[in-house]
Amino acid sequence: MRRIIVVGNGMVGYRFCEKLRSSAARSEFEIIVYGEEPRPAYDRVHLSDYFRGITADNLLMAPRSWYEENNIELHTGELVIEIDRNQKIIHTHNGRTDRYDVLVLATGSAAFVPSMEGTERHGVFVYRTIEDLHHIEAYSKKVSRGAVMGGGLLGLEAAKALVDLGLETHVVEFAPRLMPRQVDDAGADILKMKLQQLGLHIHTGKNTQAIEGNGKLEGLIFSDGSRLAVDMLVISAGIRPRDELARACGLRVAARGGVVVDDYMRTDDASIFAIGECASHNNMVYGLVAPGYEMAEVVVRQLNGDMSRSFRGFDMSTKLKLIGIDVASFGDPFAETPGSVPIAFRDTRKGIYKRINISEDGKHLIGGILVGDASAYNLLHQMVINRMPLPENPETLIGIGGAPEKKGSGIGDLPDTAQICSCENVTKADIVGQVTEHGATKIEDIKKATRACTGCAGCAPLVNDLIKLTLESLGHTVKKSLCEHFDYTRQELYDIVRVTGARTFDDLLDSHGKGDGCEICKPAVASILASAWNEPVPEHATIQDTNDRFLANIQRGGTYSVVPRIPGGEITPAKLIAIGRIAKKYNLYTKITGGQRIDMFGARVDQLPDIWEELIAEGFESGHAYGKALRTIKSCVGSTWCRYGVQDSVSFAIFIENRYKGLRAPHKIKGAVSGCIRECAEAQSKDFGIIATEKGWNLYVCGNGGARPQHARLLVADVDTETCIKLIDRFLMYYIRTADPLTRTATWLNKMEGGLDYLRDVIVNDSLGLGETLEKEMQELIDNYECEWKRVVESPHLRAQYRHFVNSEETDDTLQFVEMRGQKCPVDWDKNT
Amino acid sequence: METIKPIQSESAAATTWFRAARVSDFPPNGGACVRYRNLQIAVFNFTRRNEWYACQNQCPHKMQMVLSRGLIGSQEGEPKVACPFHKKTFSLRSGQCLNAEEDRIAVFPVKVEDGFVYIGVPE
Repeated sequence: MRRIIVVGNGMVGYRFCEKLRSSAARSEFEIIVYGEEPRPAYDRVHLSDYFRGITADNLLMAPRSWYEENNIELHTGELVIEIDRNQKIIHTHNGRTDRYDVLVLATGSAAFVPSMEGTERHGVFVYRTIEDLHHIEAYSKKVSRGAVMGGGLLGLEAAKALVDLGLETHVVEFAPRLMPRQVDDAGADILKMKLQQLGLHIHTGKNTQAIEGNGKLEGLIFSDGSRLAVDMLVISAGIRPRDELARACGLRVAARGGVVVDDYMRTDDASIFAIGECASHNNMVYGLVAPGYEMAEVVVRQLNGDMSRSFRGFDMSTKLKLIGIDVASFGDPFAETPGSVPIAFRDTRKGIYKRINISEDGKHLIGGILVGDASAYNLLHQMVINRMPLPENPETLIGIGGAPEKKGSGIGDLPDTAQICSCENVTKADIVGQVTEHGATKIEDIKKATRACTGCAGCAPLVNDLIKLTLESLGHTVKKSLCEHFDYTRQELYDIVRVTGARTFDDLLDSHGKGDGCEICKPAVASILASAWNEPVPEHATIQDTNDRFLANIQRGGTYSVVPRIPGGEITPAKLIAIGRIAKKYNLYTKITGGQRIDMFGARVDQLPDIWEELIAEGFESGHAYGKALRTIKSCVGSTWCRYGVQDSVSFAIFIENRYKGLRAPHKIKGAVSGCIRECAEAQSKDFGIIATEKGWNLYVCGNGGARPQHARLLVADVDTETCIKLIDRFLMYYIRTADPLTRTATWLNKMEGGLDYLRDVIVNDSLGLGETLEKEMQELIDNYECEWKRVVESPHLRAQYRHFVNSEETDDTLQFVEMRGQKCPVDWDKNT
Repeated sequence: METIKPIQSESAAATTWFRAARVSDFPPNGGACVRYRNLQIAVFNFTRRNEWYACQNQCPHKMQMVLSRGLIGSQEGEPKVACPFHKKTFSLRSGQCLNAEEDRIAVFPVKVEDGFVYIGVPE
């Protein structure tokens, strides 16, 4: 068995071990790892998460036990100080010697500290290890202002850390713009503007000459004579490869640092490889993790006798989120290719900059820059690396002149060789093959089989699209199971609930599901239980979406809105005054809704029971605006007042609304009653709409407004009031029993085989003989109605759930409001992020 | 009921156990928010799995203090919470976002002793 010593236990060193242990030759090697840091390899890329409460353990690439399980001897806190190439042994600072057959240098890099006066002062830090973070965190508690030297990728990460620590944060960059290696002037301007909006102070074109202070740092002096008073400084001005070991044992080292390696990561000693940030390939040191992983792969393959893969440089395209701001740079971002033409789009108001560079012949995309919105990155990057043909109007790719043309720019047009996951080098053909040959249907299958998406996960949207597209091309009708926990459709589950008599989510999950449920099946089952048994929603609080759990609509900022029922939109002056009084007392924003009632916004969760107690005392009931339930029955003023009206639409609307109030359904249900053919109540845009005629009522069904408006269709004409109600009973109950979750009646009908004719057969002609059952089930629901808010207000144990903290009577102090037209409004969350 | 969730911690020594609230303050299979100094921590009583979890209350997507009001569940066995606003889901074990590219959330160890829930917070 050959002995491999890996010097360095960073991300790349770890990945090398992992790859080797999962390769065919896994049992041919002993692996011994020496890391100088006290803990095993951790995710340095997400180091700044540490200041948001992520613990050092959360950042570990793998726990110590992983090394044991994989038979890897790990020595942490042990620095290799010498390599004896003749005897093939290493010496550590503890005096240990160890013999190797193969040595892998994965020593990484150190922060580059420019030589200047004052770097030794207290309050000057670098940003590289968890220990650095400990020191920064400890020092930050005593001070209020911090600066980061370096406005590149790492510098902005460090700046984010200072912001998270609550410091006034300055970024000092020597170049005239931020991220000079990734973005151009225009993109950097937008980035700077957005960072300034977040409260960062940006100083570009500043050459730091000295660090002032007496013992501890007090400020920076720039070459233009200006000064910046700060209490601490984090230097993040680049990296320097850790090549001192290699240098000392006579390995060749590049002029600008880094152990010189060939395309197979071999140093000039046949037994020694170098990978990651300590290696210099073609005079280039790669400071990103993905090229390091690729280098590890090349070495592992060689150790398996496979010389087919070599390292040929690396695409430095990158997409990242800096302090919540998207930045991406790909291909040739600065259009340095002769003859190439840039196209750019800038929206200073929204803070978006997009630039693409087109080849001289106009046929290919060669690179680009995205700031503020990098959603197009994956596709644009694929177009560059695969030299895909450009659409006729390439500007549409960045949203100029309409949406991008479908043809030639979609994922289906990518060549089979297109690299989808660059971390793990997985191609389109690999993923499609998993679907067509091995029956993969989910991203989890792809992850397991190919490791795609397991690194940065940036390719996840592309992989998902590819799976879907491939499944569709195979003509698969994917079984419409609710989610991974229930292999049934909603309709099947409804029947199961009625037949088995299941009364709780856990009952149903135990008998017909698996796992622990999720945000899809829990509310769906809650809706089924409510529809099947009219079980009181507050008793199933924790399987409801938050709106149903707190019986109010959650709004921006985390406050809730309150909507009392106002049947048919008819309200007495006394009740209007009551709403006004209560809204004023609790400082609520009020607005008339589209459904002819009044919405009160901005209530804290702890205020909800008090507000409702007062509303109920004034004779109001829950309006169920928070539920997938009957909302409102809108009405026109009808024959009581209107000179055109032929029937009393208001009375009928009130009757209908009171009949179906509280009814739970797969989605919200709205209705309307118009008193004549002029249709002022807009009944034809509702789930069910009633229009008065000289002879009775016309009943329309399955309309909706919303994103895809659809007119309701005439189900039956000129029926009397009693028949009209009977048909609505049947219609609603049939919908509740058979629709998929979150499906409005319009979509339900669109998907129904046989369409409106079939529906009319079932409802009006009773072709399935279901009519009586449906009416009976509806009557049960109507008989069991109760106002949920009344139940909560009267129950101390339910009321107790309405507070922000369970261990404190305090309220959420993060809620923020601004004034708008004399009322309060929440702070815009886009300005919060 | 007494459950102690084992924590695999390299730095268990650096953890302070803070007494958050009584077990009965947390609804079965649901969450509630507790305050620790200036932190808001979402605590979940995952009765179905006989486990407890804690994470930051703020959803990193729109920075809203709401995760404690989210639905909990599992994905391929991994316990998770879904933000009530836009249904971003996060592992309650690792804090990783499971269905989008949001930042990882902070997770904290939990133990239950004598009817009280304790949360392990970094010193």
